[in-house]
Amino acid sequence: MGGRTRSVVTTASAFALLVLLWELVKLVVPDDGVVVGGVRILPRTDDASMPHVWTVIAKLGQPEVAGAADVRTVGAAVAQSALYTLGLALGGLVLGGVLGVVLALVMLRFRLAERAMLPYIVASQTVPLIAIAPLVAGWGGKIAIMGWAWQPWASVMVIASYLAFFPIAVGALRGLAGPNRASVELFTSLAAGWWTTLRRLRLPAAVPAIIPAVRLAAAAAVVGAIVAEISTGTRGGIGRLIIEYAQTATGDPSQLYAAILGAAVLGLVAAAFVSLLDRALWRYRGAVG
Amino acid sequence: MSELASAKSARSAVELDGVDKRFGDVLALSGIELTLDDGEFVSLIGPSGCGKSTLLRVVADLEQPTAGTVQVGGKPARQARLDQDYGIAFQQSGLLEWRTVAENVELPLHVHGVGKAERRARAAELLELVGLADFAGSRPAQLSGGMQQRVAIARALAPQPKLLLMDEPFGALDEMTRERMQAELLRIARESGAAVLFVTHSIPEAVVLSDRVVVMTPRPGRITEVVDGRRPGRDAAELEPDDVEDVRETAAFFAAVTAVREALRKGHQ
Repeated sequence: MGGRTRSVVTTASAFALLVLLWELVKLVVPDDGVVVGGVRILPRTDDASMPHVWTVIAKLGQPEVAGAADVRTVGAAVAQSALYTLGLALGGLVLGGVLGVVLALVMLRFRLAERAMLPYIVASQTVPLIAIAPLVAGWGGKIAIMGWAWQPWASVMVIASYLAFFPIAVGALRGLAGPNRASVELFTSLAAGWWTTLRRLRLPAAVPAIIPAVRLAAAAAVVGAIVAEISTGTRGGIGRLIIEYAQTATGDPSQLYAAILGAAVLGLVAAAFVSLLDRALWRYRGAVG
Repeated sequence: MSELASAKSARSAVELDGVDKRFGDVLALSGIELTLDDGEFVSLIGPSGCGKSTLLRVVADLEQPTAGTVQVGGKPARQARLDQDYGIAFQQSGLLEWRTVAENVELPLHVHGVGKAERRARAAELLELVGLADFAGSRPAQLSGGMQQRVAIARALAPQPKLLLMDEPFGALDEMTRERMQAELLRIARESGAAVLFVTHSIPEAVVLSDRVVVMTPRPGRITEVVDGRRPGRDAAELEPDDVEDVRETAAFFAAVTAVREALRKGHQ
């Protein structure tokens, strides 16, 4: 429990330090930045480029569209869309997790499959996301699964899972293949079949490798969901909000920064989910003998 | 402890007949003939590469013989493995870190779907036998090397096997722990009534433990000599663990050690 308190304190202190650093740069560096021989080596720090932290915070309480009283506040808009994107990212994480573990199991079971599939799994991650997004978005209107028409948010989830499955497939394969020969032979001597060995030996032994993989996958799923929202033009999420606010950024950047803050908090919440998973599986975290 | 003793039968615990094992071009085992009686303690000794571990693994059905037959308790080796007729312990204890000591002992029963209450009772009984009753709820990482190895032996005994296969189980222990474990093993083997096939490269260890010491030589791996151990006349049942210390100082012990050493040297020429 002491460790948990300490980790919260550390995170809060790091945030405070970041805020302090931001304000310090604003204070010390001149508004026009630092230009040496025609090259700007430090950025502009005027209010249009780097708004004060409190300006961004204050912005959260103001209405989205200036002058309109009955419209929702920026804070509400950011929270609402961040929650929407979080749902899609977690959906993508679960989808990618299932896919990644299934791929790892197939590769574990059939050595030929590992040699055949692993290069393609690695290659899949070098294809730019923005190239795939329109393809997946194009499924809308073409696909209906058992009477259910494809929705734009489903495209976002699939794209998020496309980024999330990779670390999980690689991490799970490494973890599942981790137990040494003596442990595997012990199970053979016990006349345990492949599934029993998987359940009682390989899966528990893979947990220390899978948890960090899920952590990476969660971050990838959040990034994937945001980029997917932008490149497919899906409404309702933080990705779309960032695009909308960016258009007003030249005049008033604090609104964009508020949305970016929302995206960052989103990432932290996703990481917190993984920590919960980690805590639930504490007994499997030791090294395997 | 009487329920720990397995039923005696007229069949021999292990019977190897004309066993060859070939790995590619290498003849790892050649013409192995060996029989273990019920409750008998037999050690396999020889330089590395003589095939003693391979021989044990063939009995355990972890390797298939290229030629010959292997019978364990009157059954083919594979059937014996499927029926859990033997327990096995390796040099590394191979305990599962995420299980408690008791849960590790229960593993063989767990794999075979034995009910929880029965597993608990059996584990408690076995931990009592190996002197670790107070550590049932501990994690393996909290135990010393010798204690971990005792847990591994308890685990091997869980399915009440008539045969215990041990591949240098004390190889990684310090000398003092090792000698204590040898005395413990003799007591455990006697109380459980199991025959033991024990691989080692220590001459004193083989002699102090065994009814018979089987000496092997490499290229090809074969049995060159069988020497009587420190228990001539099969008086194992009368021997108390405390006597093991005394055994090390008897003339019979030194004579057997010398006999084994000479057999090894002869095979080496």
